Amino acid sequence: MANKVLVFLEQRNGKIKKSSLQAYKAGEKIAGFYGAEISAVTIGGEIEELEKVGNYGIKNVTHLKNSDLAVYSSSGYKKALADYVAEDGADVLIFANTAMGKDLAPRLAVVMDAGTGMDCIAFEKEEDDVVATRPVYAGKALIDVVIKSPKKIFTIRPNVFDAGEATGEAAEVTVKEISDVDLSAKVVEMKTSEGKLDVAEADIIVSGGRGMKGPENFAMIEELADLLGAAVGASRAVVDAGWRPHSEQVGQTGKTVSPNLYIALAISGAIQHLAGMRSSKYIVAVNKDKDAPIFQVADYGIVGDVFEVLPAIIEEVKKIKS
Amino acid sequence: MKIAVCVSHVPDTATRISIGADGKTIDTNGVTYVVNPYDEFAIEEALKTKESLGGEVVVISLGPDANKETIRKALAMGVDTGVLLKTDEQRDSLAVAKALAEEIKSQGAEIVFFGKQSVDYDNSIVGQLTAELLGYNSVTVVVDLKIEGDKVTAEREIEGGKEVVETTLPVVITAQKGLNEPRYASLKGIMAAKRKPIEEKEPASAENYVEVLRMKKPAPKQPGKIIGTDASAAAELVRLLREEAKVI
Repeated sequence: MANKVLVFLEQRNGKIKKSSLQAYKAGEKIAGFYGAEISAVTIGGEIEELEKVGNYGIKNVTHLKNSDLAVYSSSGYKKALADYVAEDGADVLIFANTAMGKDLAPRLAVVMDAGTGMDCIAFEKEEDDVVATRPVYAGKALIDVVIKSPKKIFTIRPNVFDAGEATGEAAEVTVKEISDVDLSAKVVEMKTSEGKLDVAEADIIVSGGRGMKGPENFAMIEELADLLGAAVGASRAVVDAGWRPHSEQVGQTGKTVSPNLYIALAISGAIQHLAGMRSSKYIVAVNKDKDAPIFQVADYGIVGDVFEVLPAIIEEVKKIKS
Repeated sequence: MKIAVCVSHVPDTATRISIGADGKTIDTNGVTYVVNPYDEFAIEEALKTKESLGGEVVVISLGPDANKETIRKALAMGVDTGVLLKTDEQRDSLAVAKALAEEIKSQGAEIVFFGKQSVDYDNSIVGQLTAELLGYNSVTVVVDLKIEGDKVTAEREIEGGKEVVETTLPVVITAQKGLNEPRYASLKGIMAAKRKPIEEKEPASAENYVEVLRMKKPAPKQPGKIIGTDASAAAELVRLLREEAKVI
């Protein structure tokens, strides 16, 4: 059983992330199963128009505020959140499964002595238990788990639950100034890849494989990605060859992604790559080998030479975007 | 300086997964097990840290006898000693972390490396759990690391960039691909590893909080349509993405 569900809303640069709003929807489902209350909490310095999270069904949000917590600190966030959980009495804690969520959730698990279900994609009620489904082996299999400890933590895979359309409602915001900040681990510098979308967060990914023949040919992939507002992805072979950075690698030893659209260009579809992208909503494959495994998961395929097909796709996209 | 590296023994990433007879775990028949890929970066970083700071590296793994293969691989790369926390039972992440934390404490290790996640259960939390149980600082998903005296500077990968984190010893670091280039074990290293001790111990007992009810295969994806065999198909593709899928 559980009485209080608390959803952690992640902010970066003072803006609440979409993945947290999606996580709140999963939280509503869990709270519904238990007949539990639900609320939200965020940590940061100044946060823009926090009441607007009400648009996505959030009624109450507490802002744990200190300018030293404007950027993430594992120690600072852990302490602030642990203190709040102790006071609030939440017994189910929910995070988005992001870099921050993955770092922070287990820290609270120790504080709360809670069992943890990471990267959940579905919840069902079976008798009195909430059963969480999560991918294992990079999505080659799924497991259904129950958490038996009284306190429970779940993280929610981004882009699986729909945050919904804005309703125009405003959330009630409670600001709590935090005075005692633990900065024993402190971010001293952020190195951002300016203007570049990350594959983990993108709605569309344009990804290239070894069939692109060389790093210089990724200029075409970048062009298509720019036109579509997409992130650039890469297969392991491409990253291992040093053509693209590891942060773009999709697959079992890279990132597991589920965008709305995944365009696989000259990627044959090794099992570890398919594991990382097969849950994408729509998959397009262009490959000259008609037997390439990528066509087994593709919604739309073109069997052909990427150096002829890709420039044609770019031209067609330019037409609809102009 | 005592340095520890915690490793897991996992199915090779090229493995096709089928469900075992218990309906809760994979069928291990014919599956090749390897050092967890991210743990190779952890082992390499432990060795580099020893080379610059001096001291000794111990590799720790929790699991069945078969995990000795992975321990032996770490010893062959240059790790000094090995500990197998031997159990045939499945443990959840927190129960694993509780046993590892006890062992790290008894080893007196002040710098501890993990891979950022095991590619079997993909939780990516054992490093953080262990750090919190020990009361150590920790930085996860690290792609660059400097340790000078007590001061630790680590770069961790986040969405669309990197955070440079400063903290102090004792510390747990979880390694991401890109942190280093893992060395190959030399023939001499492989021979030497055969003589290095692997101590077997009973892991500290801990209750599982997470129970696996069942394992299942994801719904198979229906293969779609081949639109064409040359550049002339591009227009139809873009039309379908726009009008049928409505994703662009």
